[in-house]
Amino acid sequence: MVDNVKIVDARGSFCPGPLMELIKGIRQEPVGTVLEVWSSDAGSAKDIPEWVKRAGQELVSSEQEVDVFKIRVKKIK
Amino acid sequence: MMKKIVILGGGVGGTVVANQVARAMTTEMKSGAIAVTVITESTQHIYQPMFLYLAFDRVVPAEAKKPERELLDRHIKIVTGIADRIDPESKQVRMTDGTAVPYDYLVIATGSRPAPEQVAGLSEGGHMFYTEESALKLRQALHDFHGGRIVITVGVPHKCPVAPLEFTFMVQEWAQSQGIADQTEIVYTYPIGRLHSLEPVAQWAEPVFAARHIEPHIFFNPELVDPVKKTITSLEGEVLDYDLLVAIPPHMGQDVIGRSGLGDAGQWIPTHRTSLQMEGSEDVFVLGDATNLPISKAGSTAHFEADVVASNLVNLLQGGLGSMRYDGKVFCFIETGLTKATYITFDYVHPPKPTEPTEMIHMFKLAYNRLYWLTPAGLL
Repeated sequence: MVDNVKIVDARGSFCPGPLMELIKGIRQEPVGTVLEVWSSDAGSAKDIPEWVKRAGQELVSSEQEVDVFKIRVKKIK
Repeated sequence: MMKKIVILGGGVGGTVVANQVARAMTTEMKSGAIAVTVITESTQHIYQPMFLYLAFDRVVPAEAKKPERELLDRHIKIVTGIADRIDPESKQVRMTDGTAVPYDYLVIATGSRPAPEQVAGLSEGGHMFYTEESALKLRQALHDFHGGRIVITVGVPHKCPVAPLEFTFMVQEWAQSQGIADQTEIVYTYPIGRLHSLEPVAQWAEPVFAARHIEPHIFFNPELVDPVKKTITSLEGEVLDYDLLVAIPPHMGQDVIGRSGLGDAGQWIPTHRTSLQMEGSEDVFVLGDATNLPISKAGSTAHFEADVVASNLVNLLQGGLGSMRYDGKVFCFIETGLTKATYITFDYVHPPKPTEPTEMIHMFKLAYNRLYWLTPAGLL
């Protein structure tokens, strides 16, 4: 049960793009926040997990709903 | 009964809206049926892109500003001061001097501000060019620079997404022009896994970096600057040495948004992506950097959004439904050095396709820097 999920609606975002929108959210929100990025770019399913790993954050889930990718990331530090 | 339109912010977006509404409704304004008021902190209108050129000593500060009064239609009222709170309940903007400005429709065009303080040590150890003062300091630092390692770093979110590349290309050609290219290393860092958020731009930039010997470090989000040791550490754990650090700083929404409780943690206002109405509100519009929309924080974005907001305001005031929609359009020139430029344009659906840089596009960009004043005037 996650009680504090922030939606980051980055559909149609070519610039700054879904990953940059996620980084903005991680920078702004307190530790413990779960961010759910909505992206219409298939590349997000690869580049978001890659950054999450490098940044030491936690990938919670990654799903595709029709043409929208929904990727949940928890800020753990 | 008089309808009051209040625009909070005298930057490009706010000024375009005010002038377009005034031009469309001159008769109503003359008769007193409609009043348009712009609230702005400064009597001067600033054309911020000039600061990039100011850092390279290509222009002087006076070329980046004009009195806001001269740009606004004479029927528009200006209130110069600091807004303390926006109160959507009582439909007024309360000023720090205790006065209140009531509205029927409010346009929030407050922009954003650089927040270098979000990266420890950055204000002390680094330079930027996002304000007149900081651009002048960087101008002096470049003047005093005779070789060494220049590191460009990029905070998130930031205004003008092409600025990191532009500064990098320009400083590389500047070092050549100063005869210090052999003693100068240019190091470019970027927050995500390629050279620019726009994939076609990143692909285009890659061979250019190689040809110009610019050293890229991707997945680099600045976390800590040590001004004594002259090092910068990323959130991802990488440490770089520098002699001159130039930052595209992280940005925040304005404090009045935070004080009013209208923004998220970064003081960005939740905004409908096509109607540009503040979420949960029908009489408050938001444009430019002030929104939380996942689009470029750039003057052109504010300009294209202002066209939509102004059209809808005029339509609503004339009894319409205000159903014009913003399609996410952005246009940016990209300086690729001191003599050539390219440009990109895209929206929510269509990705950009950069074209080969040319001298002509660079000349047009320089010409636009002079023509800019026609944009806030609502003419271009």
